[in-house]
Amino acid sequence: MATISTSGDTNFRIGMLIYDTRYRSYTIQIIALIVFMLAAAWLLNNVIQNLADLGKTFGFSFLGETASYDINQRLIDYSSTSTHARAAVVGILNTLLVAILGCITATVVGVIAGVLRLSNNWLIARLMTIYVEGFRNIPVLIWILITVAVINETLPAPNQFRGADPDASPLLGGMLVLTNRGFYIPAPVMGDMSMAVVIVFLLSIGVMIGFRRWAKKRQEATGEILPMFPISLAILFLPTILVFFLLGMPITLEYPELKGFNFRGGVFMRDSLIGLWLALSLYTGAFTAEIVRSGILAVSKGQSEAAFALGLRPGRTMNLVILPQALRVIVPPLISQYLNLTKNSSLAIAVGYMDATGTLGGITLNQTGREMECLMLLMGFYLVTSLSISVVMNWYNERVKLRER
Amino acid sequence: MKVKGAIIAAAAVMAVSTAANAATLDDVKAKGFVQCGVSTGLAGFAFTDANGVWDGFDVTFCRATAAAIFGDANAIKFTPTTGKTRFTALASGEVDILYRNTTWTLSRDVDLGFTFTGVNYYDGQGFMVRKSLGVKSAKELDGATVCIQTGTTTELNLADFFRANGMSYEPVPIETNAEAQQKYLSNACDVYTTDASGLAATRATFEKPGEHVLLPEIISKEPLGPLVRQGDDQWADISAWVLNALIIAEEKGVTKANVAKLAADGSADPEVNRLLGKEGSYGEMLGLPADWAVHAISAGGNYGEIFERNVGESTAIGLARGLNQLWSKGGILYAPPFR
Repeated sequence: MATISTSGDTNFRIGMLIYDTRYRSYTIQIIALIVFMLAAAWLLNNVIQNLADLGKTFGFSFLGETASYDINQRLIDYSSTSTHARAAVVGILNTLLVAILGCITATVVGVIAGVLRLSNNWLIARLMTIYVEGFRNIPVLIWILITVAVINETLPAPNQFRGADPDASPLLGGMLVLTNRGFYIPAPVMGDMSMAVVIVFLLSIGVMIGFRRWAKKRQEATGEILPMFPISLAILFLPTILVFFLLGMPITLEYPELKGFNFRGGVFMRDSLIGLWLALSLYTGAFTAEIVRSGILAVSKGQSEAAFALGLRPGRTMNLVILPQALRVIVPPLISQYLNLTKNSSLAIAVGYMDATGTLGGITLNQTGREMECLMLLMGFYLVTSLSISVVMNWYNERVKLRER
Repeated sequence: MKVKGAIIAAAAVMAVSTAANAATLDDVKAKGFVQCGVSTGLAGFAFTDANGVWDGFDVTFCRATAAAIFGDANAIKFTPTTGKTRFTALASGEVDILYRNTTWTLSRDVDLGFTFTGVNYYDGQGFMVRKSLGVKSAKELDGATVCIQTGTTTELNLADFFRANGMSYEPVPIETNAEAQQKYLSNACDVYTTDASGLAATRATFEKPGEHVLLPEIISKEPLGPLVRQGDDQWADISAWVLNALIIAEEKGVTKANVAKLAADGSADPEVNRLLGKEGSYGEMLGLPADWAVHAISAGGNYGEIFERNVGESTAIGLARGLNQLWSKGGILYAPPFR
């Protein structure tokens, strides 16, 4: 304690460190820092000691070894001869996939449910109350297990599609196959010149955004409102469709077909992905609904009354007056919900979805016995992901929040 | 300050786990029971009966170990572990010994820091499919959806088998046997693969076991046995010799029924006398009472009796002795001499 420099104060006594308000806060902070560092050092020492007692070394070289296990859902090339590091990346991508899909769906579900919960229609409002209370009061793990069990138990198995008079048949003329192992949809097959179609589509998006900006400016200048939705839709799809047919349909669809034990071809969305995605979205959606409801209720009633008095229809009142103001209240708690969803996705292993926890924190950890290293990497990954979501959402929050002039 | 509180609490938890590295036998004697890691539930091997009491093949070996130390087969507590959690449970000192259909492999023995102390069941990985699929061989499984327990050697064997045969498959990783069973029965996978004994045990619990077949291929060697933490030779020796004693007991015809009488009256066979503590001081060498093997055998009988009662041909599981027959009767069960 005596290390604190007290130059210039000739009357300094040790007691002043506690009784003098000028020094007290320093004293407390330094003591707290020392305690904290001691605790950290002791923890670190404990880890080193325990690892030594168990005869374990610390290092990340195991990531370069062959993983020797297979992963069902891979967004990048992977086989059992790939390394543990690659297996970890496959898992990380799977986590990100379900997190992104989940966040989008949870927002859509949440906004709809939140708005409908305030509906004047008694039945709809009550139904939404049941949805919200049902989902947010039951643990998400149970919802995940239930969703996957429902898919597994109620949908037909692939071999029920077999034979001249099968028990089950694909829907929408072969476009959608619902089996208890997952859903199949057609996959696009890119032929020659197909890039042209894609480029035209991307250009259309740009043109559409430009058009909307121009229309908004025009509306602000002249007060005329253009039928935005149909025009946007036309700009978005007409040129693409035109080019698509002019080039002789370069993009074709590959339909799923029953071959051997399973359907082959098309895009396969596994039961675990669907179940996890659905359960996470509905669960988080219930919380989002409450956040949206609170946001809308936070906008004073005078705002909507003023909008009605100006002659705005209810839809426009919601979109132009209420929601923009409600967003300021909605966005900050919504960030937490996105973070929750991302972290809850680590429950994936319960239904056999191979996310980062399943590969890096599961099979890799188990086969190599590197608990410490695997868990540190895993914690690092979730930390980075969560912080990235926070950064993006906080940036968005900055944009929508009230600008004080 | 809250954060700091949490750190100190976490540190305290870690400090507790450090203590587990002392001599395990002393720790076990001090707490008065053996903590045994078993499966979360596998018919015949480790399961809780209607009264919530653990029973089964692996469980009986655990009880024999406890009986050898305390003279009481109930001086034991069980920790159900999954394929994934078992090694962490043992390494952290949560359990003293693991009897959980665990395959003896080099990396587990050496790299994970455990000691396998013997083999109580010689097994191999097999496949179970529905009869209605009409599959006759594992080589016909190209493109099949396969349910596997994650964190096991079966996962690795499976990858090797399909790669070696140039076939593709869709793995469905699952945590416990019960979940795998549900997935398989709902037809969410075509095939369930695990050790052949586990398949037979699982099939026995099905409503219609006759509708499912085990394919003839056994694709791996799976010597299943007990394991302990590396670095405590005394504890490893106890675990090994309890198992050996039960095998020798079968060899010498010492059964649950006659063990008390043989221990009291002695036998013409000197090895039986040594086994039962009538001659020599073998118990003392292990740090156990002289009559440790008597108690171990009294717990559930000799190896053959344990096998027959839990998984043998007279039970619903109906496993033949096969490789697990004594060496003198055509199997490979062979315990070193008791002297």
